[in-house]
Amino acid sequence: MKFGVVIFPGSNCDYDTYYVLKHMLKVETVFLFHKDTDLQNCDVIILPGGFSFGDYLRTGAIAKFSPIMKEINEFAKNGGYVMGICNGFQILCESELLPGVLTMNTSLRFQCYDVYVKVINNKSPFTSEYQFNEVLTMPIAHGEGNYFIDDDGLKALYDNDQIILKYCDQDGNITFDANPNGSVSNIAGICNKSKNVFGLMPHPERCSEQILGNTDGIRIFQSLLNNL
Amino acid sequence: MYRAKIFVKRRRTILDPQGKAIELGVKSIGISNVEDIRMDKYFELTVNENDEIVARKIVDKICDSLLANPHLEDYHFELERL
Repeated sequence: MKFGVVIFPGSNCDYDTYYVLKHMLKVETVFLFHKDTDLQNCDVIILPGGFSFGDYLRTGAIAKFSPIMKEINEFAKNGGYVMGICNGFQILCESELLPGVLTMNTSLRFQCYDVYVKVINNKSPFTSEYQFNEVLTMPIAHGEGNYFIDDDGLKALYDNDQIILKYCDQDGNITFDANPNGSVSNIAGICNKSKNVFGLMPHPERCSEQILGNTDGIRIFQSLLNNL
Repeated sequence: MYRAKIFVKRRRTILDPQGKAIELGVKSIGISNVEDIRMDKYFELTVNENDEIVARKIVDKICDSLLANPHLEDYHFELERL
């Protein structure tokens, strides 16, 4: 079992993600460079957070043309597991591996604090270690996490159970005030129709070790491990 | 050769928080009879191509695949022969 963490110019959560996989979960993990065209037989590819290509034009818009993305596209279309965290989520949307787009927060502020998210779907391979409707605490750190999709697209997300995480309050209520960025339907994380590509704005790799005071994120990686 | 002037506009039905913030700025300089400010993107580029139809196709491809996100934005452009 092997995980690959992709480094784009401007990625800055690559080492955090690598650390969790390699040293907390003790699984074989390699870095992949955005110019690579070989996925080194990885079973899971993770696109980490950061500011690939300086977020120029739109977040993720230039990273989608990196040579490795062609391979990741093929990999995902053949059922390979791909997960995008924060900027990784933005890249997956721009690459059309996930539907919709992430645009600037309605507050226009870079939002950087712990939020509550609710597990709306625990049947995905990324969330099977959580309880249905479990409320998690996870940090966010983004200026462009406002998930947008048109009405037909949103209906398709609901119809296919593609919504995985939603922003909520401490008690699990999905409210306007609990939404940190203006995302439609309080969406914090979605997957593709076939459930092998997942993107989320919160940072599970930043809450996967007791010493950091929160381990709510590690079960995302454990879920993946148990589904491989 | 053609010089393309490309306008990428956030769809009018989608909130433009930057436009809203700029509206506050306009109000703060004492102007109150202005509304519906939208902030869009503008690009210029030169296409080394003499056939206008081909040049148009090239600019369309750049816009569709890179400059505009189809979920959020529409674009249009003008070509000027150099």
